[in-house]
Amino acid sequence: MRFGVVRFPGSNCEQDVVIACRYLGIDVDYVWHGDTDLAGFDAVVLPGGFSYGDYIRCGAVARFSPVMAEVIRFAERGGPVLGICNGFQILCEAHMLPGAMLRNRGLKFICETVPLRVEPSVCGWVGVPSGTVLRIPINHNEGNFTVDPETLSRLEAGGQVVLRYCEPDGTRAPGGSAPNGALDDIAGICNESGNIFGLMPHPERVVDPEANGTDGQSFFTSVVERMAGV
Amino acid sequence: MARYEIFVTYKKGIFDPPGATAARALDSLGYTEIESVKIGKYIRLEVADGPDEITRVREMCDKLLANPVIEDYRIVEAEGAVSAG
Repeated sequence: MRFGVVRFPGSNCEQDVVIACRYLGIDVDYVWHGDTDLAGFDAVVLPGGFSYGDYIRCGAVARFSPVMAEVIRFAERGGPVLGICNGFQILCEAHMLPGAMLRNRGLKFICETVPLRVEPSVCGWVGVPSGTVLRIPINHNEGNFTVDPETLSRLEAGGQVVLRYCEPDGTRAPGGSAPNGALDDIAGICNESGNIFGLMPHPERVVDPEANGTDGQSFFTSVVERMAGV
Repeated sequence: MARYEIFVTYKKGIFDPPGATAARALDSLGYTEIESVKIGKYIRLEVADGPDEITRVREMCDKLLANPVIEDYRIVEAEGAVSAG
């Protein structure tokens, strides 16, 4: 089981993902955005950062990087693909996941650790029971997820809403619990078959108990366990 | 050579955080007549003359310059195109 972490010009969380994987005993290597071959990789991570300076829109240019055609083929064959923060924005721009990101409602870049509720979903990247409240940092300016009402109903019905911003006790505030204004408090979604997962929070930053906690571990280990048939 | 001006704005119904903030700020400055503010992007293209020019400009908007999930765009062919610089 080997993870490939794609490095775009302007990525800045790829090392964190690699360090997190190594800490968890997962074999991992970088993939250059100009590469066109993912042979030897069993899972692909699009990391956070500011690919191509976030010019035009976040993820809009990275989507056309040479490696992305192969990432799309990899996902179509059922390969697990994880997009974190800017990686989630790239997945949306590439139409691998529905929806788009708007500027945060308060126009502020938000960097804080927030409670997130794991929703019942088909997502293959989730390794904890639904209803679990995790505390994971967010770190973005454009995480205000939006999607048209029909697609939102489809996401709900298909178990594709994976993570929601919530209050510390797991409930959702009547006016919304998303610090960025995201529609329906959505923090992470997956595709219909559950192998493509995008989320705004950074699970790679919470894998080491000596650095922020372990609430992010399960997203990485669950895929390894599933592949190993554990 | 032709020059195209492209105006990218949020689709109707999509919340525009910078626009809403500007509307509130104008209101607090005493411009209480403000009913809404929409903030978008302005893009200017200079394009070598060729077949299917406008079709290709539209394609550029659909593929990269605008995100059809949240944005609309309007293309205006500008008069008096001059060379860059």
